[in-house]
Amino acid sequence: MLPDLLAVGVPWAVASIVLPLAVALAAIALGPHARHLVLPGALLGAVIALAAAAQVLAHGAWHHAVGGWLPPLGIRLRLDGLAASFLVATAVVACGVAGFSRRLFEPSARRETRAGFAFWPLFFVMWAGLNAVFLGADLFNLYVALELLTLTAVAMVALDGKAETLAAAIRYLLFALLGSLAYLLGVALLYARYGALDLGLLRAAAVPDAITLAAGAIMTAGLMAKTAIFPLHGWLPPAHAGAPTPASAMLSALVVKASFYLIARLWFDVLPAAATVETSQLFGALGAGAIVFGSLLALRQEQLKLVIAYSTVAQLGYLFLMFPLTGSAAAPQPWAAAAWTGGMFHALAHAPAKAAMFLAAGLMIKACGDGRLAPLAGIGRDLPIACFAFGLAAVSLMGLPPSGGFTAKYLLLTAALASGQWWWALAILAGGLLAAAYLFRVLNRFLIAPAEAAPRVAVARRDQAIALALAGVSILLGLASLVPYQLLQIGRPAAAVGGLS
Amino acid sequence: MSPILYAATGAVLVGIGVFGLLARTHLLRRILAFNVIGSGIFLAFGGLGSRGPGSGVDPVPQAIVITGIVVALAATALAVTLVTRLFEETGAVTLPGEHPAEGPDAS
Amino acid sequence: MPVLVLSTSLVPAIVIFFLAEAQQRTRTLVNIAGALAKLALVAVMLDGVALGVAYETRLGLLPGLDLLLRVDALALLFLTLSAFLWLLTTIYAISYLGQGPHLSRFFGFFSLCVAATTGIALSGTLVTFFIFYELLTLSTWPLVVHQGDARSIAAGRRYLAYTLAGSAVLLLGIVWLESRTGPVEFTVRGSLAGVDAPTLQAVFCLLVAGLGVKTALVPLHGWLPAAMVAPAPVSALLHAVAVVKAGAFGIVRIIYDVYGTTLLHELSLGIPLAAVAAFTVIYGSARALQQDDIKRRLAFSTVSQVSYIVLGASLFGPYSTIGGLAHLVHQGLMKITLFFCAGALAERLHVHKVRELDGIGRTMPWTAAAFTVGALGMIGVPPIAGFVSKWYLGLGGVQAGHVWVVLVLAGSSLLNAGYFLPLIYRAWFVPGAMDRAPGRERPFWLIAPAVITALASLGVGALAGLAMSPLGWATLIVERNYTP
Repeated sequence: MLPDLLAVGVPWAVASIVLPLAVALAAIALGPHARHLVLPGALLGAVIALAAAAQVLAHGAWHHAVGGWLPPLGIRLRLDGLAASFLVATAVVACGVAGFSRRLFEPSARRETRAGFAFWPLFFVMWAGLNAVFLGADLFNLYVALELLTLTAVAMVALDGKAETLAAAIRYLLFALLGSLAYLLGVALLYARYGALDLGLLRAAAVPDAITLAAGAIMTAGLMAKTAIFPLHGWLPPAHAGAPTPASAMLSALVVKASFYLIARLWFDVLPAAATVETSQLFGALGAGAIVFGSLLALRQEQLKLVIAYSTVAQLGYLFLMFPLTGSAAAPQPWAAAAWTGGMFHALAHAPAKAAMFLAAGLMIKACGDGRLAPLAGIGRDLPIACFAFGLAAVSLMGLPPSGGFTAKYLLLTAALASGQWWWALAILAGGLLAAAYLFRVLNRFLIAPAEAAPRVAVARRDQAIALALAGVSILLGLASLVPYQLLQIGRPAAAVGGLS
Repeated sequence: MSPILYAATGAVLVGIGVFGLLARTHLLRRILAFNVIGSGIFLAFGGLGSRGPGSGVDPVPQAIVITGIVVALAATALAVTLVTRLFEETGAVTLPGEHPAEGPDAS
Repeated sequence: MPVLVLSTSLVPAIVIFFLAEAQQRTRTLVNIAGALAKLALVAVMLDGVALGVAYETRLGLLPGLDLLLRVDALALLFLTLSAFLWLLTTIYAISYLGQGPHLSRFFGFFSLCVAATTGIALSGTLVTFFIFYELLTLSTWPLVVHQGDARSIAAGRRYLAYTLAGSAVLLLGIVWLESRTGPVEFTVRGSLAGVDAPTLQAVFCLLVAGLGVKTALVPLHGWLPAAMVAPAPVSALLHAVAVVKAGAFGIVRIIYDVYGTTLLHELSLGIPLAAVAAFTVIYGSARALQQDDIKRRLAFSTVSQVSYIVLGASLFGPYSTIGGLAHLVHQGLMKITLFFCAGALAERLHVHKVRELDGIGRTMPWTAAAFTVGALGMIGVPPIAGFVSKWYLGLGGVQAGHVWVVLVLAGSSLLNAGYFLPLIYRAWFVPGAMDRAPGRERPFWLIAPAVITALASLGVGALAGLAMSPLGWATLIVERNYTP
């Protein structure tokens, strides 16, 4: 029975896009009753993602031509280890957020909130958009998926309709739209040059000439604006910090990764030949800049959610270090693609950790009735589970063992030192220490014994437990890292081993 | 008509749009500027459809442009909604921290 | 088997985190049960390892990179110490903290801390070691700031600043080494052939600097006196068992099981390290002399005493190694006695300063007696444990041709006497300023652990000739593994 379900050709990949869309449509139709759909929908989504991953583990990477149409006309989906692991990470975070939000957006007895109505359709469309980005195998479908993601993400930020979050949403929208257009312009250039949009066809045809390089640069710049990589990070903190808590979790954990994912796909899968040492060193420099500046800014924030949002800016920097570090596989390492795997591991480990952190922070803010750091003093006694979740997530973000963050950092560091690029190693280590500085600034408050007990709003233990479970996943990823590692290696691009250019 | 003309016109439109997006602070103008950029790109993309005389029309760019227009429409609708809401909440038509420029925006 | 040992403290930790504050009996039960189970397992393994059985567990982290837990003789030396002292410290802590706030959190992290120490002892690879080393840092921090007042928070911040920076340096060293050799497993006499000498030297400096923070090698010792604001059981644990010992144990592992003494000798790295250790021995003692606060005096004494272990390891001779390893246990027993006593005095009589000790021999005779035994042992009075390790260290120094080691030991002993004897004198021979009523030595379990460890430090010194004494075991380790 089971082997049949995982055979090549069973469209788990398609299901992972169709199911959330269907749930979203049903949620619109059901209106206030949508919340009954949420848990079954989310769990089914998780099952599909796991099935897709199992399929890849069993049979390797494969392409699925939707409806049987082949490129250049049809739409192809590419399910490889990388895509499957992002599907699973998305499903894990989405399940956590769904469970967390189920009661948050419950319509109150007196009036039905617009946020309560809009959240669930947006949430599931976002999920579908994420999966479509991870699976997309041609540039234009990726554009559509990316826009789907942008629009739902912006709408989620604006969900509670306060003036400052509206402004943050508009700023985010402007950045994101400019980014999308830049991406689209690059797509047009590539199509003009090669007459193809399919990633595989492009890869076969691509040569390092001026048009290709220009297209790559324009697309990358656009995607970087969406990823909020330093110095294009200005929109992220207000948007991520201003959004409702579940939306913050989704945005910081997953949405920014989608555009990063495309940058990685673009350079490693499509245009490795067009990359030069200068471009990859530039990527690394931006990443290091993000780590340092993001952390320093996080250190200066007085609002809890802003600390976490700036931490996202910093953590995204690590992802860009994999560009200069690939291709440095020296003989003693048992890992052929240490830097590439490390970067991807970081993206995967960051997702549940950051989601857990935002959820825990949301609970603390609810309990205090105040988003600043100062009133958190002594909250360890009132919300022990949420604080513990925050602490575990912090361990992963600092890259301390045992956690997925550590495994990622270890791989990146090994790659940096093995290739003699010690300056990136120093950036990584400094980033870890800075992360400790801004996170322990928060953790300290949990343990302070306040002079008088502050009044706290009660918070359900179940919601705290969800944050703890997500944080636990990011820790577990550091101990049970063998399977994710093997999964990532399936269908990995050749450039992940040999390096760019 | 050669694709070069479409491409050149498209490039001009993109240039105008980018200028508008960066130089103007009134949010409606920025949204319009975004649409101008989009039109420029669609125009250039659409121009790619004709691959020289006699070889017929490549349908892919046309399909893509239509999809792109729909996406841009959705984005514009969302943006306008947000701006309207911001105006209702605060009475501002610019992002906080940015002042309406003198001249055309002042009206 | 190693997993079982690890879980005897990991499982209680997790269980205790989920216990409500009021479930005091259950918490105590879980704590003690875990500690006893661990002690029993350790006893079984002691027997096994003495007969040559090897216990090993591997968990693949990445291809080629394992989380390796392995029980060898050296691991057991540390493990036995921590298992024995954990039991006593737990008993002591339960009495000491009584009904205080946040006890579930405290004992949860306390157990986690011991789990980390166990992991450190059992680590079979550099990365495994690092994982548990960091776990230790993280789980001790909430203990240091347990009281939650401004001083504790500041001390916690300082502790983290030192230890996390140290960890970053250590990680850099580990990764640098492994980027040349692939993942490094602890094997007798090392496995570093084919790496150039300057790299090895630089890596060694990084590793020792990283570990030296926890070992409190001068000038990396600044966190230790600051961390004295923690509750007494925590100080006891930090000083005697967990943190400083983890650092010292790591240095021993690096010297013997990563580099190997032959290689280190060729790289001429032993003497510089020995010099740093010797300087720390003297400096720590000298600073201890100036302290008025009893716990701070003990803290600087720890700075000095732990470096004996490093000194012993860095001289490379069999006798010095035996002395250093034995001191790992001996210092633990003696120092924990002193901290138990200091904590009991502070708790029952509010004695914090040296001058307040006057006459406590009459009010709390058992405590004062235990303290005296510990202090005399530290000075090196036979037949208490400290004498044995100093004797072997001196012997090793002479054997290795470094007579200055004997001078360092003698100087340090003089200084030890200088800062401990006044305490003993005041306790017994100066009449108390206030008339304190006797009968303050309760609850029983607050005082008993100190007496037990005092007796133990007497016992391991007097019975050092037995095969199962710490000295005997250290000899076994050296004979089995490190004899050239």
